[in-house]
Amino acid sequence: MDNMLNVALPKGRLGEKVYNMFEKAGFECPSIKENNRKLIFENKELGVRYFWVKPSDVAIYVERGAADIGVAGKDILLEYEPDVYELLDLNIGKCRMAVAAKKEFRDDNQKTLIVATKFSNIAQQYYLSKGRDIDIIHLNGSIEIAPILKLSDVIVDIVETGTTLKENDLEVKENIVPISARLIANKTSYKFKSDKINKIVNEIGTQTEA
Amino acid sequence: MYTGDFALNFNERLIFNLRSLYSKRGYNQYKMSKFEEYDLYAKNKDFLISDSVITFTDTNGKLMALKPDVTLSIIKNTSDQPKSIQKVFYNENVYRIAKGTNTFKEIMQSGLECFGDIDNYAIAEVLTLACKSLKMISKTCVLDVSHLGIITEVLEYLNLNSSSKKDILKYISEKNAHELSAYCTELGLDEKDIEVLKSFISSTGKPNDVLNNMRDSLSDMVDVKLINDLIDIISSLDDDIKDMIRIDFSVVSSTHYYNNIVFKGFIEGVPTSVLTGGQYDKLMKKMKRKSGAIGFAVYLDALERLFENSKSYDVDTVLLYDDSTNLDTLNKRVSALMSIGESVYACKVAPEGLKYKKLLNINDSEVI
Repeated sequence: MDNMLNVALPKGRLGEKVYNMFEKAGFECPSIKENNRKLIFENKELGVRYFWVKPSDVAIYVERGAADIGVAGKDILLEYEPDVYELLDLNIGKCRMAVAAKKEFRDDNQKTLIVATKFSNIAQQYYLSKGRDIDIIHLNGSIEIAPILKLSDVIVDIVETGTTLKENDLEVKENIVPISARLIANKTSYKFKSDKINKIVNEIGTQTEA
Repeated sequence: MYTGDFALNFNERLIFNLRSLYSKRGYNQYKMSKFEEYDLYAKNKDFLISDSVITFTDTNGKLMALKPDVTLSIIKNTSDQPKSIQKVFYNENVYRIAKGTNTFKEIMQSGLECFGDIDNYAIAEVLTLACKSLKMISKTCVLDVSHLGIITEVLEYLNLNSSSKKDILKYISEKNAHELSAYCTELGLDEKDIEVLKSFISSTGKPNDVLNNMRDSLSDMVDVKLINDLIDIISSLDDDIKDMIRIDFSVVSSTHYYNNIVFKGFIEGVPTSVLTGGQYDKLMKKMKRKSGAIGFAVYLDALERLFENSKSYDVDTVLLYDDSTNLDTLNKRVSALMSIGESVYACKVAPEGLKYKKLLNINDSEVI
């Protein structure tokens, strides 16, 4: 059996920040910083292998055991509900999941609310908990345009600074849940590689507290 | 009948071995029909892993289902004898939606159920059989054991409503200490109680160490008999079985059905648990039975990919013959190859794509 610890990192700026945390925790892999198009990097001495994957795919790699641990946004965990352990809040990549609409929009509860979103499951669960009847339109990007073109009444999306909303004449109507990057682990890997995983959790845990 | 190793794949051999393991402890095989009245599942939807069921209307107009689960059918069809004990095992196909796909899958499941007066011996025996089942699959395995009774008593003591209990159990099952802590603070629980709940996440490891610590820290909240019983049961197990067991409270099954010990088995190299079980007296009560019950299931579909590289060839030897070959000579050559343990594919032309180790021509003098 492979004794390396496989770590799935989200491609992009957040992933680079996450790698720096791993490096600081003593699990460095210098080749990852070389400017090339490789996706897999390993440090055999330390027994760690990193790979870059699309942020929304990290949870799948971990749930299916291709990665032992990984870092995924809470939005992805809430949307796909993977069967994994959520061991740590890294307190980076902070934003929130929110309901936004045109400034003048008011939900009078008189008709089915049309919701455009990339996060159908989160939207469904949220409105189910409020007992509100909704119609979901699943979009893959440029969600903000939906209320402007009257495709939907509201959108459920990630809001970081609110600038995009503002520039499109939209505003946050309700906050659903705060989002940040989480360290997740495959359940089986946690049983058999717990020493290494716990070491990482403890080391990175001290960084997030600081 | 002798069946050479190459005649059976891993799962088939495993089923034989499990059958022998369970039979030796007096478990009898339970065979059942592929179909069951849909009503049985409609009433117990939460007990099912996935609530989608394949249904059809029978010739008499009854709505039937292809079994998504075995346990409910066995309970329904077994007499209620609360003072004695009934032991059954099964190898059955069930039909469920596979996670991540949106399609139904036929899943081979083996397992056992024990009904009646469930005492510490019965629990210890089921734990032993669960561990031995895992060991038959791989030497690198672990059985995580949890106790829903202990967690439930703590949640009752803290006087939480059912929605908060559900949320807290979810955080425990995810080992999500950071959100558990924030959630409990929001509920207004004091620091000491939050630490107790967090200990269900941090307290994992060897049974004796974990349970002795828990007995001290939970003595105000929990009937210590629950913890003492668990210590007694695990202490009574053989050393090699005890070594496989770890206490891990993240094993959380539905508290509507399970009440006492619950467990999950993991094998290195298989990303999901391959064995799930526990004591489900509450389900029995819901189905108007006075008996207690405990059991587990081994998910054979999860093992499919564990040994995927073990077979590099379809056949050991391809033996080519032609129209002039004497039938008697051909039979003798095939038998001779088989007698040295090789699988033989005799044909005039090997089919495209067939992978073999050796290609022999019967007319070649060097044959065999």
